[in-house]
Amino acid sequence: MEILVPALLTIITAATPLLFAALGELITEKSGVLNLGVEGMMIMGAIIGFVTVHHSGSAFIAVIASMLAGGAMAGIFALLVLRFHASQVPTGLALTIFGIGLSALIGQSMIGIAYEGIPHISIPLLSSIPVLGELLFSHDLLVYFSLFMVFAVYYFLNKTRAGLILRAIGDSHDAAHAMGYSVIRVRLLATLFGGAMAGLGGAYLSLAYSPLWVEQMTAGRGWIALALVVFATWRTGRVLLGAYLFGGITILQLHAQALGIGVPSQVMSMLPYLATVVVLVLISRDLGKIKLNAPASLGKAFHASS
Amino acid sequence: MNETEHNLIELKGMTKTFPGVIANEDVDLALRPGEVHALLGENGAGKSTLVKMIYGILKPDTGQILFQGQPVIIDSPAHARELGIAMVFQHFSLFDSLSVVENISLGMDKDVPMDILAEEIREISDRYGLPLDPHRYVYTLSVGERQRIEIIRCLLQQPKLLVMDEPTSVLTPQEVQKLFVTLERLADEGMAILYISHKLDEIKALCHHATILRLGKKVAEVNVDEESTSTLAALMMGEDLAPIVKQDHGSFGQIRLQVEGLNQPAFDSTGISLDEIHLDVRAGEVVGIAGVAGNGQDELLRALNGEEKCRSHECIMIDGKHVGLLDPNARRKAGMASVPEKRLGHGAVPDMDLVDNAFMTAFHRMGLLARGLINYPKTRQFADKVIDEYSVKTPGSHVPAGSLSGGNLQKFIIGRELHQSPDILIVSQPTWGVDAGAAQTIRQALRELAANGAAVLVISQDLDELMEITDRIGAICGGRLSRFYPTSQMTIEKVGLLMAGVALEGDSQDAA
Repeated sequence: MEILVPALLTIITAATPLLFAALGELITEKSGVLNLGVEGMMIMGAIIGFVTVHHSGSAFIAVIASMLAGGAMAGIFALLVLRFHASQVPTGLALTIFGIGLSALIGQSMIGIAYEGIPHISIPLLSSIPVLGELLFSHDLLVYFSLFMVFAVYYFLNKTRAGLILRAIGDSHDAAHAMGYSVIRVRLLATLFGGAMAGLGGAYLSLAYSPLWVEQMTAGRGWIALALVVFATWRTGRVLLGAYLFGGITILQLHAQALGIGVPSQVMSMLPYLATVVVLVLISRDLGKIKLNAPASLGKAFHASS
Repeated sequence: MNETEHNLIELKGMTKTFPGVIANEDVDLALRPGEVHALLGENGAGKSTLVKMIYGILKPDTGQILFQGQPVIIDSPAHARELGIAMVFQHFSLFDSLSVVENISLGMDKDVPMDILAEEIREISDRYGLPLDPHRYVYTLSVGERQRIEIIRCLLQQPKLLVMDEPTSVLTPQEVQKLFVTLERLADEGMAILYISHKLDEIKALCHHATILRLGKKVAEVNVDEESTSTLAALMMGEDLAPIVKQDHGSFGQIRLQVEGLNQPAFDSTGISLDEIHLDVRAGEVVGIAGVAGNGQDELLRALNGEEKCRSHECIMIDGKHVGLLDPNARRKAGMASVPEKRLGHGAVPDMDLVDNAFMTAFHRMGLLARGLINYPKTRQFADKVIDEYSVKTPGSHVPAGSLSGGNLQKFIIGRELHQSPDILIVSQPTWGVDAGAAQTIRQALRELAANGAAVLVISQDLDELMEITDRIGAICGGRLSRFYPTSQMTIEKVGLLMAGVALEGDSQDAA
C-alpha cells in the first residue's frame, strides 16, 4: 500500500496532460482535421504557462495564457491548412518543430527557476477517507477539470446538435457543405479548441507535473496523445481509459527498476506506440467499425467549389 | 389569366457562367402547385446548374426568381428550405457513419429532439410507403433505402416544391413504380415537383410538362402528353436516336469467359459474399446481369477482373485458360478488360491526367511501354483519340480525371477499354449518368465489340439498357446469380422478379 498509493497518484498526474491534449485532438480529428502539431502546441503551452506564472504569480492566469498560446499555434495551423489548403501532415509536423524551437528561445531565461506547483485542493471530509480520500479527493483543480472535460466532450459529441454537425463535417465535408453547413468555420473552431487543450496539457506539465522549465520537457507526450486518439478509435470514453493506461505505463517505466522489473525502460516507452499499432491492426480487420467511428474525411483538404 | 399569380415558382432569364463555360443562358421556367414538371436535357445541358440556383447553392449572374409571385434572392440552401423548396440530390448528401435519424436531423433547420424526430420519420414512412428504420446506420443501407432518407428528409419539411435530381438511376423497376405512386400522391396533395431526368419513358409516365435544355439554353417547353419519347429525344439532342443493331441469334462462337463455382467471402462486414457463381459468355454474345445495387455486383466485378484474387485458379477461365489467381494486369494480358462501377478510384485515378490514366490500363495492348519507359507521344495520341471518338467534353488530355463530369469520365473510361479491342469486356453500369446520345453510342459500341467476336458481360441496374443490348439476361441477388434466359423471352417484370431473388415459374428449358 505504501508504494501503491503514491504510484497511483503519479499515474493520475501523468495521465492528465495526455488526457487534455488527446481530448482536444479528438475534437479536431472528428471535424476532419489531422493536426500533427500537438507536441508543438503542448510545449508552447508549457513555456507560456511557466513564464506567465513566474511573472504574474497567478496559476489561473498562467493556465489561461497557456491555452491562448496553444490556440494561437493551432490558429497558425488552421490558417495554413484551412485558408491556404496546405497539406495537413507536413504542416502539422512543421508546427511541432516550430513549437519546440520557439519554446526553447522563450524559455532561455527560465531554466533553473523553480515554482512551487499549483495548489492541491483537499475536499473537506471526503479527502480524509483513508486511501480513497487521498486518491480521489485531494488533487489540484486541473485534474478534476480534465475529468469534467471528458464528460463535456462526450456530451458535446453525442448529445448536442453542434456535435452532430461536427461529426457530419468530419464524415463528409462535401455533403455537409451541400447542406449549407460552414465546413471551414467548424473546422477552425475545432482546431482552435484542440490547440487550447494541447496548451493546457503542456501547462499541466510545467505547472503541476514537474513545476519547472526544461527544454523539450513534453518529451513526446504530444505524440502519445495523437496515438491515443487512434488507440481510442475516436471514442471519448476510451480516450479516458487510454490516457490512464498510457500514463500508467509512463509511471511504471519510472518505477520498474525500483520494483525489480527487469524490462529495459526503452521497451516500456515503446509500449504506447506498440499498443496503438496493435489497435490499428485490430480495428482495420473490421471495416464497419472504422466506418462508424473514424472521421472519413480526416486529413482531406476541403475546397468549397460548385 | 395572370400566369404569375398561379405559378408557385417562376424563373426569368436565368444566366450563370463559369470560367470558360456558359452553364445557363437566359433560361425561363415556371411551375404551378400540384404540377410534376420535367427538366430534361443531356449531360452538360445545364440542368444541375439551374436547380442549384433554385436551391441557393449557386447564385445566378443575372435573372430573377419569383416565389409565390414575390421576387426572391435565394442565397443559401437554408433560405430555400425556409421558402418551402426541398431537394433530393442525385448523389446523396448522406453521412455514412451517422444513423438515419441523425442524418435527417442535419438536414433540418430547427433542432428537433431525436426521439420525436424518429417518431415523425416512422409516421411519414408509413404514410407514403417508404419503409425505413430511423436507427440504422447509413453505411448498412442499400442505395434505394438511402434515397428514401433523402425523400423523407424533404417531406418532413412539408415543402411546396420538391426538386428531384435523377432519382431513379439507382432503383429497381418495382422501386421506381413505388416512387412514382408516392410522387403522384404528393402532387395530388398540391406539391409541385421538378423532376430532372433523361429517361424519357419515365417522364412520359409521370410528368405533365417538360422544359428541355440544350447546351445551357431552353429549347422548348412542351406538354408531355402531346409528345412521344422520340420527339422528346429529338428536342433534347437536336437529332434523332439511332436504334441499336442487334445481330442474329445462334451465331455465337466458343465460350470465351467461363466461371465455375466461384465463391468469394465478403471483403468487409457490409459487403456481400459470392455464392457458387456459374456463368459463361461466348464469342459474339452480350450477357447481362441485372440487380439492385449492393447485391454483389461490386464483388463479382472485382473477382472477375482480378482486383480480388479468387480462392482457386480453376474457377475463372479465359479462352480455356485458368486465371483465378492472376492479378488484374495478367488478366488484361490474357485479353480481359473491365470497367468498374466506381469511376474515381477504380476506373480512373482522380489526380492523374487523362494521358496517364489512358496508359494505366492500355499500356500492354496498345504497346505504350518501351524498355520500361512510357512512350508519351503515343500515349497522348491514344488518349486524344479516345477523347475524340467518344466525344469526351474536356479542355484536353492534360486535365486530371477528377475534373471531368461523371458522364464524361465514363465515356473516357469506356472508350479507353473499347479502343483496345479486348477479347472479353466486363462492364458495370456502362451508361450511368451519361447523356442519351453518348449512352446510345456506348451501347452500340458494346454490340459492335461483340459482333467482332468478343464476349461482353454487362452488369447494370438499367433494365431498359439490358433489354436493349443483351442476348441473354439474368440477375444477381444477395450474391447469388439467377439462371440466365434469352433476352427475347424476357420482360422487364420478369427480370424484376429475378432481381428480387424469385425463380420464374415454367422455366424455359433452353436457358443456359
